[in-house]
Amino acid sequence: MTDTPLLKLTGIVKQFPGCLANDHVDLTVMPGEIHALLGENGAGKSTLVKIIYGVLRPDEGEILWQGEAVSIANPNHARKLGIGMVFQHFSLFEALTVAENIALGLSDPKDREGLRERIVEISTNYGLPLDPDRAVHDLSVGERQRIEIVRCLLQSPKLLIMDEPTSVLTPQEVEKLFETLRRLASEGCSILYISHKLEEIRALCEKATIMRLGRVVAHCDPRESTARQLAELMIGTELKPPSAMRAGAIEGTPRLEVNRLTLVSDHQFGTSLREISFSVRGGEILGIGGIAGNGQTELMDALSGEVYAGKPQTILIDGVPAGHMGPSQRRSAGASFVPEERNGHGAVSAMTLSENAFLSGHIRHSLARLGLIDHGKTTAFAQEVIKVFDVRTVGPKAEARALSGGNLQKFVIGREVLQKPKVLVVSQPTWGVDAGAAAAIHQAIIELANEGTAVVLISQDLDEIFALCDNIAVIAGGRLSAPKPVSATSVSEIGILMGGISDPVGDSHAA
Amino acid sequence: MQLKLEPRGFQSKFWSYASPVLAIALTIVTMGVIFLVLGKDPAVSLYTFLIEPLVAENGATELLVKASPLILMGVGISLAYRANVWDIGAEGEFTIGALFGGGVGLAFPDLPFAVLFPAMLIAGVIGGMFWALIVALLRTRFNANEILTSLMLTYIAQLILIYMVTGPWRDPQGFGFPQTAMFSANATNPTIIEGTRLHLGIFFALAAAAAGWLLLTRSLLGFQLRVQGFAPRAARFAGFKENKLVWTALALTGGLAGLAGTLEVTGPIGQLTPQISPGYGYTAIIVAFLGRLHPIGVVFAALLLGLSYLGGEAAQIELALPSAVTGIFQGVLLFYLLGCDTLILYRLRIRSSRPAAVRA
Amino acid sequence: MDFQYTSFILSVVIASTPLLLAATGELVAERAGVLNLGVEGMMLVGAIAAFAVAVTTGSSTLGILAGVGAGVLTSLIFALLTLSFLSNQVATGLALTIFGTGLSALIGKAYVGMVVARLPQIHIPGLSDIPFFGPVFFGQDVLVYVSFALVAAVYWFLFRTHAGLVLRAVGNSHDAAHAIGFPVIKIRYLAVMFGGGMSGLAGAYMAIAYNTSWSEGMTAGRGWIALALVVFATWRPFWLVVGAYLFGSIMYLSLYIQGFGVHIPSQFISALPYASTVVVLVAISRDRKRIRLNAPASLGKTFHAAG
Repeated sequence: MTDTPLLKLTGIVKQFPGCLANDHVDLTVMPGEIHALLGENGAGKSTLVKIIYGVLRPDEGEILWQGEAVSIANPNHARKLGIGMVFQHFSLFEALTVAENIALGLSDPKDREGLRERIVEISTNYGLPLDPDRAVHDLSVGERQRIEIVRCLLQSPKLLIMDEPTSVLTPQEVEKLFETLRRLASEGCSILYISHKLEEIRALCEKATIMRLGRVVAHCDPRESTARQLAELMIGTELKPPSAMRAGAIEGTPRLEVNRLTLVSDHQFGTSLREISFSVRGGEILGIGGIAGNGQTELMDALSGEVYAGKPQTILIDGVPAGHMGPSQRRSAGASFVPEERNGHGAVSAMTLSENAFLSGHIRHSLARLGLIDHGKTTAFAQEVIKVFDVRTVGPKAEARALSGGNLQKFVIGREVLQKPKVLVVSQPTWGVDAGAAAAIHQAIIELANEGTAVVLISQDLDEIFALCDNIAVIAGGRLSAPKPVSATSVSEIGILMGGISDPVGDSHAA
Repeated sequence: MQLKLEPRGFQSKFWSYASPVLAIALTIVTMGVIFLVLGKDPAVSLYTFLIEPLVAENGATELLVKASPLILMGVGISLAYRANVWDIGAEGEFTIGALFGGGVGLAFPDLPFAVLFPAMLIAGVIGGMFWALIVALLRTRFNANEILTSLMLTYIAQLILIYMVTGPWRDPQGFGFPQTAMFSANATNPTIIEGTRLHLGIFFALAAAAAGWLLLTRSLLGFQLRVQGFAPRAARFAGFKENKLVWTALALTGGLAGLAGTLEVTGPIGQLTPQISPGYGYTAIIVAFLGRLHPIGVVFAALLLGLSYLGGEAAQIELALPSAVTGIFQGVLLFYLLGCDTLILYRLRIRSSRPAAVRA
Repeated sequence: MDFQYTSFILSVVIASTPLLLAATGELVAERAGVLNLGVEGMMLVGAIAAFAVAVTTGSSTLGILAGVGAGVLTSLIFALLTLSFLSNQVATGLALTIFGTGLSALIGKAYVGMVVARLPQIHIPGLSDIPFFGPVFFGQDVLVYVSFALVAAVYWFLFRTHAGLVLRAVGNSHDAAHAIGFPVIKIRYLAVMFGGGMSGLAGAYMAIAYNTSWSEGMTAGRGWIALALVVFATWRPFWLVVGAYLFGSIMYLSLYIQGFGVHIPSQFISALPYASTVVVLVAISRDRKRIRLNAPASLGKTFHAAG
């Protein structure tokens, strides 16, 4: 190992409108090192690696690559230097094949000669099986990630940047990925590993740079720190346990019942739901875990009524057959929903908070009379959500897009919670929000359950599910496992289920 | 040095009003240049094009005559475009509306005015709606792109009109001209000021603008149309039915266009001829954009674009310029408007190519 | 009998070629993710430019070049607004058509009533004289061959070259393409300009091969039909040939029937191409899955790179 750092950043500054994403950031990566870049959502990690990969240009600061000052103009340039990157949201083209996708990432025509053979060679070599001729839209999320990794490896990179690579993988797949990364490091390739998952970083990385609000706040050796210490460095305050605890009073009768829900997805990349059954009682929180793209979106659509679930008896809301109802009727029946995506689904970014309050609140709060909107009542409702949920904004007239992710999510959750639903279905409630907002959202969900609401929590974050839920089920390939009490299961058991639920009839072909 | 657009993160109130003003100013300058290129004195030409029609005898009422159909159709188009229903076939709906309304007038010329004229207007509305709802059916049932179908139907509507006035409905006493008989007195849209051509249309237009405003800003339906346009998934989440909104939007656009068509042929024209519209249906699209897809804005925009028709006529008579300058004016105006509208959501930043200098 | 077939085919080819040219250009633009509804306007501007230059210089070649150039220039207005100023593609395309219609009418006023020499049909001694096959395969005008060559070239470019792969990638996901480092905006500018050039060429064909005189709005909706053809072909070049010739046949047939004095009002026959467009659109679009699978995923969406 030499003393010259592979990559050395000094004083990197990047300003976005209304937000200083990187504030004089320094970072040093040595050859062959697995280096963690740790921080909350919005800490500036993604901005920093996009600068390293040439997607963004820094406003200020210096980049040294193998000891020499460079200005990385674009990703092509970065790849020529030997920098590869696997994006969090894959930069893949659904309509194209694996080989075409990989070819697009290779700027040098020489690299594209005999490409298909080399894809097969590298992918078998590193235990990342891939068929070069398959179209990307047919592949699972894990397979898609392999494309990105193989694409990087084909150029024998000196530095591989991985942006939150495990959020889409089962625990078992994560283990495999780590093996590949360790092997790469042993061959001399440095790895810059971005994550906010502390246990993973402690298992994989030998050095960590911790960022908070655009600045570097600490360096450490994660193997010698506890997860709690890392978390406190990341968040900047001491961790407090949630103030609301589960009261534990679960009623006897189910408030939400789903009976053999089967739904063929009409979307070209969708997952069909198969024979899903479960019930949730008042006061109970049922967690539904699973890897993205296994039917969560379809389940949410079927529960909210955005897609018709078929026969009335398929879904019972507070005893009322609701399978044939649309979202408005289900709200009248007592249900309330928070979809995964805030922008353009749960909220309209171009509309004001008042209008967004009206969007789903007008039924249960009677905000419209004789087809006309009651603006006074609507504004008052929005104001109440803002106040109770501590939404940082100038007021109900602010446009939703002017709010930060965490604040908008608090608004969306608050809007549903304050409707006092008998059934609440939430999907990914803390995805991409800061720790403060996440804690507030968790507390609101717990309090609502304590008051007797039946809650379904669909989440890819197992920590969240284990912290909040009474029972847990896993969705995989459009099937749901039988719910189990959280106390009677383990992360590894759930992980196995996430990889595929075997069919009782026996035609199991789990990925 | 390079120009960069930077998202504001919100809509600038200032620029949503200033953008049309800037666009109009730039258009006037550009028209001056075009007149110069055509070998005319720009000052005289602009005066002839934009001012003279207003100061001429009956200028103001003529302007309202031109603006009325533009307002009626502009309001409907605004509501539809808000919901991302891109109906560009108002011209065809206008035509079919005129045929339906005019047809009733030709069939029952002797009914009393109080019965006949309202019946004609209703028939006109139904005709326009019928034509627009074909588009709705094709989009909701068969997923066919409404831009293309509505335009194709406009060509077809024009051919139907020509067929009717040269065939079954041709005036036997018309010396072989392709036109119907004049409408009877009871089937005629009355003028409201003696000695001018100003007809009832302006009342309908202003009423439509007021109703459109109420619908858009106060009603649940207007809210639904807007959500559908901004975020279709959010509309589904809220429980709004897309197909119903598409049908509603097209029924409104078509109905208003059909009404405009009937008012036009029973008023200023007085009969059905192959040329009942100088492209009002297309101009109304510009009216809608210039009026910020807002019924009140549409009224002002319709006055300006109505002026462009009068100006085109004046330029033809006095400067021997082809009436096509009207089309150029309208196209250039829409270009500038679309360009200026960028400033509503983005601000323009000048950036030197060396990144470090920005913060100094 | 034999002679009739030949003239029928020649007429269909002449009616189909402008559709094929314009649709090929639009297909490339749409494959890059840009929906340019201004085809009709660009065709008209191309037509008048070609006609004016051909009349003035007496040269068809210069006329054709002028048509292409005018198409490229008008498409640049569209590119500037939608790609640099991020305006709505639908609205801007409409503006382009309104503007192009007006501009061509304004310029064309001075040329009404003039006649230009028709673009000659090539004649290869021997080959062109073979009955039936000769005129059909060796006796068309040069732009007919160019139209077929361009379809083949576009197919080859899109599916056989790396640059074509990049263009399709940009149309499939501009964000991913940007993340990998492709100049999305530049690629789209080029695609739009190609579309403009092809529309201009189609307009030139209308003015100096299909017709030999200028009349206001002479393209009569062909630009819009070309847009529908791209959907009909589900964005695949060779299907454009099928679609363009289908519509060319319909257009010619409507003239042909009128010539025969069949007792159908001429307006009904004239409406046939427009009605067929609606029918074809419905037939293709009702299969939502097929449209979604083939349509460029970022078609019509505005791209703005952060930073």
